[in-house]
Amino acid sequence: MTTLLDIAGLTAHYGDFQALFGVDLTLAEGETVAIIGANGAGKTTLMRAITGVAKVTAGSVMLAGEDITRLPAPDIMTRGIAMVPEGRRLFPSLSVEENLLIGAHARRGNGYWTLERVQTLFPILKERRHNPGTALSGGQQQMVAIGRALMSNPSVLLCDELSLGLAPVIIKEIYAAFPQIKASGTSIIVVEQDIGQALRVADHVHCMMEGRITLSGRPADLSRDAIHDAYFGVSHA
Amino acid sequence: MTLNRNLGLCLAFLALTALYALPAIAPRAMVQDLFGILTLLVLAMNWNLLAGFAGLVSVGQQAFVGIGAYAMFAAIILAGLDPLVGVLIGGIAAALFAVPMAFFAFRLNGAYFAIGTWVVADIARLAISQWKALGGGTGTSLPKGTAKEMAFVDQIKELLDVSSAAAADALTYWLMLSLAVGVLIASYVFLRSRMGLGLQAIRDNENAARSVGVDPVKLKALVFLLTAFGTGLCGALAFIQITRVTPDAAFSVIDWTAFVIFITVIGGIGTLPGPIVGVAVFYLLQRLLADYGTIYLIVLGCLGIAVMLFARRGLWGLFIDRTGIDLLPLTHRPPRMVASRPAAHRRSA
Amino acid sequence: MMLIDTLAQGLLLGGLYALFAAGLSLVFGIMRLVNLAHGDLIILGAYLILTITTATGLNPFLAVLLAAPVMFGLGWFLQTHLLNRVLGADILPPLLVTFGLSVVIQNALLSGFSADSQKLAAGTIEAQSVDLGIVTLGVMPLLTFASAVAVVFALNQVFYRTALGRAFRATSDDQTTAQLMGIRPQNIFAIATGIALVVATIAALYLGTRANFDPSIGPARLLYAFEAVIIGGLGSLWGTLAGGIVIGMAQALGASINPEWQILSGHIAFVIVLLIRPRGLFPRAND
Repeated sequence: MTTLLDIAGLTAHYGDFQALFGVDLTLAEGETVAIIGANGAGKTTLMRAITGVAKVTAGSVMLAGEDITRLPAPDIMTRGIAMVPEGRRLFPSLSVEENLLIGAHARRGNGYWTLERVQTLFPILKERRHNPGTALSGGQQQMVAIGRALMSNPSVLLCDELSLGLAPVIIKEIYAAFPQIKASGTSIIVVEQDIGQALRVADHVHCMMEGRITLSGRPADLSRDAIHDAYFGVSHA
Repeated sequence: MTLNRNLGLCLAFLALTALYALPAIAPRAMVQDLFGILTLLVLAMNWNLLAGFAGLVSVGQQAFVGIGAYAMFAAIILAGLDPLVGVLIGGIAAALFAVPMAFFAFRLNGAYFAIGTWVVADIARLAISQWKALGGGTGTSLPKGTAKEMAFVDQIKELLDVSSAAAADALTYWLMLSLAVGVLIASYVFLRSRMGLGLQAIRDNENAARSVGVDPVKLKALVFLLTAFGTGLCGALAFIQITRVTPDAAFSVIDWTAFVIFITVIGGIGTLPGPIVGVAVFYLLQRLLADYGTIYLIVLGCLGIAVMLFARRGLWGLFIDRTGIDLLPLTHRPPRMVASRPAAHRRSA
Repeated sequence: MMLIDTLAQGLLLGGLYALFAAGLSLVFGIMRLVNLAHGDLIILGAYLILTITTATGLNPFLAVLLAAPVMFGLGWFLQTHLLNRVLGADILPPLLVTFGLSVVIQNALLSGFSADSQKLAAGTIEAQSVDLGIVTLGVMPLLTFASAVAVVFALNQVFYRTALGRAFRATSDDQTTAQLMGIRPQNIFAIATGIALVVATIAALYLGTRANFDPSIGPARLLYAFEAVIIGGLGSLWGTLAGGIVIGMAQALGASINPEWQILSGHIAFVIVLLIRPRGLFPRAND
C-alpha cells in the first residue's frame, strides 16, 4: 500500500502552551487509522494542525508527496482532505441539503459521492432536506456533518469525536456507513474516546497522551492492558 | 522608571508654567492659535475616554459642542447672564441632553452606536435650526462687546496692560487651558480608580468584568454623561471666541468630531498622552499643508487609516514600544518583593 | 387626496433609500462590518457615471453599465487590501478605517470636481409622468422604486438560491468551519463588498438623475441608509426595503407640513420605531 498522508515530527503550540510534541503518523491508501486518548491528549489539536487551523511550529505534513504544512485551511481542503469537526459545527442558516451542498465547495473533479449517494447512505437526510441543519437530533446532525465532508470527494476523511454525546445505538448506526465510505476509496482517520469502537473500525490504532503518541499497532496485536496503560498513563513498573 | 517619572513631572510643570504665562509674553495671534489647539485637545481627550477606554465609538460629539454653544448663546442673549455663567450652563445643557441620547443610543450595539449617535446629533442640529429666537437656520451673533464685558476682563486688562479684546482672549485661553489640565488630571485619577480599572476590564472582556461585579452599562453611561459635560463646556467656551453661531458650524461633524477622531487615533487611542501627541501632529500638518486646502484632510484621513493598519496604539504606542518609557502609566505596578513596605502599594492587585 | 399623493411620493422616495441601504445591509449581514464610507461611495459612483457620460456622451442609464464593473473592482480592492486587514473582534479599527475613507473620498472628490452641484441628465424621461387616476407619479420615481424591488429580489435570489449565497451564509455563520469547506472568507467578503458597490452605483444613478449632488452629501445618505437597515431589522433585505419606505414616507409627510421638517421627520420616525421595536421590524431569528 502506498502512503497517502505522512506526518513527521509535528509540533504545535497554543500561545506558550505546547500541545503536540513531534507526532509521527502515516496513513496508507484505503486504510482506516484510529487515534484514541483521553481528553486533552492532543487528538483534536492534531486534526487542527493537519487541516491548517492550528498553528504548526515544527514538523511536516505530506499529502500524496506534496508538502501541505502551514498551507491555509481552504488550500488544504481543496487538495483532498475533508474534516468532520468536533461538535459537528453545522451551519445554522443553511438547510440540511444546503449544508451538504456547501461541502462540495472544495470538490475536485468527479468522484463517487454526489448528493444522491450521500442521501442514499443516510436516507434521513433526504427526508429532512429542507429543515435547518441545526433542527435535527445529534445523531442526524452527525450524519449531515459526515455527508458534508464526503461531498468534496476527499482522499482523506478526518473524523473528530464522532460518538461524543450520542447514544450507543446511534453510534453504531453512524459507524455502519464506514464500509461504504472505505469502498469509495477514501482513507479515514478517526479520533475517538470510545476505545471499543475505535478497535472495531480501524486497521491501525495510535494512542495519544499529553501531546505524544505513546502506543501504536494493529488492534489484534494490542492487549487491553497495554491500551489501558497508554490511555490513562498508568505504569506497571 | 522613577527618574523618568520625576523628569516627566518636571518637564510637564515647566511646560504648564510657560503655557499659563503665554498671554503675558506672546502676541495675541499666538494665544488665539493655541486656544484653537487646546479646544481640539479637550475634545480629543473626552472622545478618547469614550472610545478608547469605554469602547463607545461616538460620531455624534458635535451634538454636545452645538448644544453647549447654543445654551451659552441663549443664556447671554435671552437671559442676559454673564458669558462665563453661560459656559457652565452650556456644559450642563450638554450633560442633560446626553441622558435621552444615551437612553436611545445604548440600544444600538457596537458599530451601530456610532451611526446612532450621529443621527441624534443631526436631530439636535435640525431641531435647533427651528429655534427662531436664536436665528433659526442662519444662526446669530453675540451682542457687540459681550466678550469684553465678561467678569474678570477688566482686572486682566490692568494686570497685563493690554486691550479689552486681548484680555478677553487671555481669559478664555486660561479657562480652556485649565479645562484641558482638569480633564487630563481627572482622566488619570478616574482611570486609576476602582471604577476606571473596571472600565478597562470591561474593554478587555465584558463578560469577565461582569462576573467580578462591574456593571458595564452603568459605568459606560457615567462616562458618556461626564464626557458630554466636558465637551459641552469646551463647545461653549470655543464659541465665545468665535462670537457667531450657526447650526451648521456648531454641529459640524468634520470640525468637532472627525478632526478629534483623527487626532486621537494618530496620537494613540486608549492611551492618556495620545491626544496630546495627536494634537501636536495635527497642528504641524495644518501648518505645513495650510495652502493646499482639501489635500490636508486627505492626508489626515490616510494617516488615520495607516495608523489603524500598522500601529493601532498610534504614535504614543509606538513610542512606548520602542523606548519602554510610559509617562502616564495606567497599570498599577506589581508590589515589590519587600515585606517591610506593604503599605506603599495597597491598591496593587 | 393630498395625503394619498404625499404617501405615494414617500413610498417611491423610500425606494431610493432602500437602494442606498441594500449594500450596507448585505455587507453587515455577511461580515458584521459597518461601512461609514458607504454614503460617500454612492456619491463617488455618481461622479463616475457623470465622468463617463461627459466623456462618451452616453445616457446615464447606459453609463451605469460601464461604471458598475469599475465599482465592483473598487469594492473588491478596498475589501482585500484595507477592510479584511482590520476585521475582527475589535470594532474600533474597521469603524475608524471606514471613517477615514469617508473623509478621504469626500475631499478627493472636492479637489477633483469642486464643490459645485452636478446632475446627471437622463433626457426627456425626467419630465414624464403616469396618471393613475388618484395620483400622478413621475416615471423616474416609479423606475427608482421598481429598481429597488428588483435589486432586493435579485440579492435575495443570490443569497438563498445560489452556491455563492450559500457560501455567504456559511461564512457569516462560522468562518472557521467555512474554511474547512474550502471557502476563503477573505474572497467571500471581497465579492460581497463588490456587489454592495454595484448596488451603490445603481443608487447613484437615481440619486444623480433625480436631484443635484455635490461631494459633501454622502454622510446624509449614509444616515438614511443606516436608518432603513435598522428599522427593517439587521440582515433582512426585504426589511431594508420596508425600512426605506418608512423613512421615505415620514420625510414626505414632514415635508408636506413644513419643507424644513423633511429630514427631521425621517430621523424621528427612526427613533420612534427603535424605541418600540429595538430589533427592527423584521429581525433575523438567529442573530
